[in-house]
Amino acid sequence: MLINALKLALQQIRRNVMRSFLTTLGIIIGVAAVITMVALGNGATAQVTAQVSSLGTNLMMVNRGQGFGPRRDRVSAPAFELADVTAIANEIAGIKAIAPVSSGSVTLINGNTSWSSTVRGSDNQYLLAGNWTLAEGRNFSDDELADGSSMCIVGQTVVKELFSGESPLNQKMRIAGNNCVVIGVLKGKGQTSFGQDQDDIVIVPMMNYQRRLAGSRDVHQIYISLEDGVDTDHVEQRLTTLLRLRRNVAASESDNFNIFNTTELAETLTSTTQTMTGLLGAVAGVSLLVGGIGIMNIMLVSVTERTREIGIRLAIGALEHEVLLQFLVEAVVLSSLGGLIGILLALGLSWSLALLMSMPFIFDVSISVAAFVFSAAVGVIFGYVPARRAAQLNPIEALRHE
Amino acid sequence: MNRADTLIRFDGVTKSYGSGSAQFQALKGVDFEVAEGEFVSLMGPSGSGKSTVMNILGCLDVLTSGEYFFRGVPVSQLDRNQRALLRRNHIGFVFQGFNLLARTSAMENVELPLVYRGLGRRERNRLSMAALAKVGLEKWAHHHPSELSGGQQQRVAIARALVTTPSILLADEPTGNLDSERSEEIMQLMSQLNREQNLTILMVTHEPEMAEYSQRIIHFVDGLVDPARSRQTGSAGAQYAD
Repeated sequence: MLINALKLALQQIRRNVMRSFLTTLGIIIGVAAVITMVALGNGATAQVTAQVSSLGTNLMMVNRGQGFGPRRDRVSAPAFELADVTAIANEIAGIKAIAPVSSGSVTLINGNTSWSSTVRGSDNQYLLAGNWTLAEGRNFSDDELADGSSMCIVGQTVVKELFSGESPLNQKMRIAGNNCVVIGVLKGKGQTSFGQDQDDIVIVPMMNYQRRLAGSRDVHQIYISLEDGVDTDHVEQRLTTLLRLRRNVAASESDNFNIFNTTELAETLTSTTQTMTGLLGAVAGVSLLVGGIGIMNIMLVSVTERTREIGIRLAIGALEHEVLLQFLVEAVVLSSLGGLIGILLALGLSWSLALLMSMPFIFDVSISVAAFVFSAAVGVIFGYVPARRAAQLNPIEALRHE
Repeated sequence: MNRADTLIRFDGVTKSYGSGSAQFQALKGVDFEVAEGEFVSLMGPSGSGKSTVMNILGCLDVLTSGEYFFRGVPVSQLDRNQRALLRRNHIGFVFQGFNLLARTSAMENVELPLVYRGLGRRERNRLSMAALAKVGLEKWAHHHPSELSGGQQQRVAIARALVTTPSILLADEPTGNLDSERSEEIMQLMSQLNREQNLTILMVTHEPEMAEYSQRIIHFVDGLVDPARSRQTGSAGAQYAD
């Protein structure tokens, strides 16, 4: 009987292809929207996670000032010293790499090409903490670091802009008027999710930066990379205590430095994108609901339109539940077909959108199944009222219906 | 008066619509019997109750009081589903307006009652072709109603009514929408079915010429059978012998 109802439903849909399509359009759009939103959300989450981990996993950045506050706050807070770095390295366990970082904007010159970039004074630990690898060349030697030699390691953007893509190894360039020999080239990392070019970078030994470029012994930032499995919160607490002590922060004052944690950042960003995904999915879900109401609407019209047919079927001896089933199956078949088309549409849509937004394409099968089941359920729920109305028609009146 | 071959018996059947002062009594106590194999016409002016009788006969409507026996079964005690099953298994309908499904071939129309009986496709095809052959339309099996003449459409409807080999054929003004030539065709077909297949037929009609094809006329006036004008016609009955 179910197979019969199914055949009848398909027959009916074939007879009214255009109307069936328009009826189910709401479901198609709803399902496609839900799946596409979730796929894009998942892609965004994956992208953010990948980008944060490219900053360095388990990376802590200690800055002066109180976080993302006004700029004067940052300036008025005292800078760090190299001694702070040594103290942290000695007193806190679980640190894989720790690097002092000072940076400034400079103009780089090679021959008659110039390029504005950021130069960072640091040491080899910086590469480890920042998850950098060398494409060619070498790290600084201990002597070079101790002497503050005029050597530098450059990023891909600098290679492209200043050396027109050719290997700059052992070539000289000028950093804010000082000569410097390129000894290493970093592998590219691309942009951060905030659109920052991570490859636009020049690293010189800390000593070199302090003496030649900054003229001060200030350390602007401390990069700390933790061993795997180390409790980040615990380290952060100890770090805070140590730095407050070293920087003579009174108990009544708040920290004059802040610790930025990529694990935390990853969590925050992931939960943000997930919230966005959920929100968009919910909005798309509403359109599914609206699609369901569209199905109910058309099924009610269909029942009215086919009153005579229902009368004939009842006169011929169709039982109430058989007519009910026929219309219910029709609604379910319509909405399920809509669901299927929606899934296919979502596949194409999320794939091309992911391509367009250069995001990873992640297709969530479970959400597709859920959307499909939901669309079928929409058919049952919104098909029931019209189907019941059809089944309970008075055959005499139905037959008289014009 | 209770014969063994009585198919239908109306026993003081009344039917009223509405309630209170708006109440309207369509039937005021109708008694009649139809034996197996009879071809009976129901006649009478509009509002005389013949259509109401037809609806009650076809289990499409329920009576208010009295009793309607179908092969001795009191129909008023059946529920909606049981009445539907009675229609499915024992009653064939032919309507004035044909009532075929549009955009559906003649064969599919004829097959419709068999679908509800749960027959397989092959069996359905065989039976519906046989029924179409009985009404002489086997060549039109795959045409849609819109491609058929009124007479042909009514013959498809008769094939649909016959395909389940019902106990009785109820025809509500079967020639009402047809010209006289097609009407004659349909009446000849019905009386032939009555004679050759021993099919019991009850027909509502306005037209005396059509009623002459049946063997007996039951005349209604004001919700009652008018015995004075109910009579036997000259037509030869199938197996009916009084």
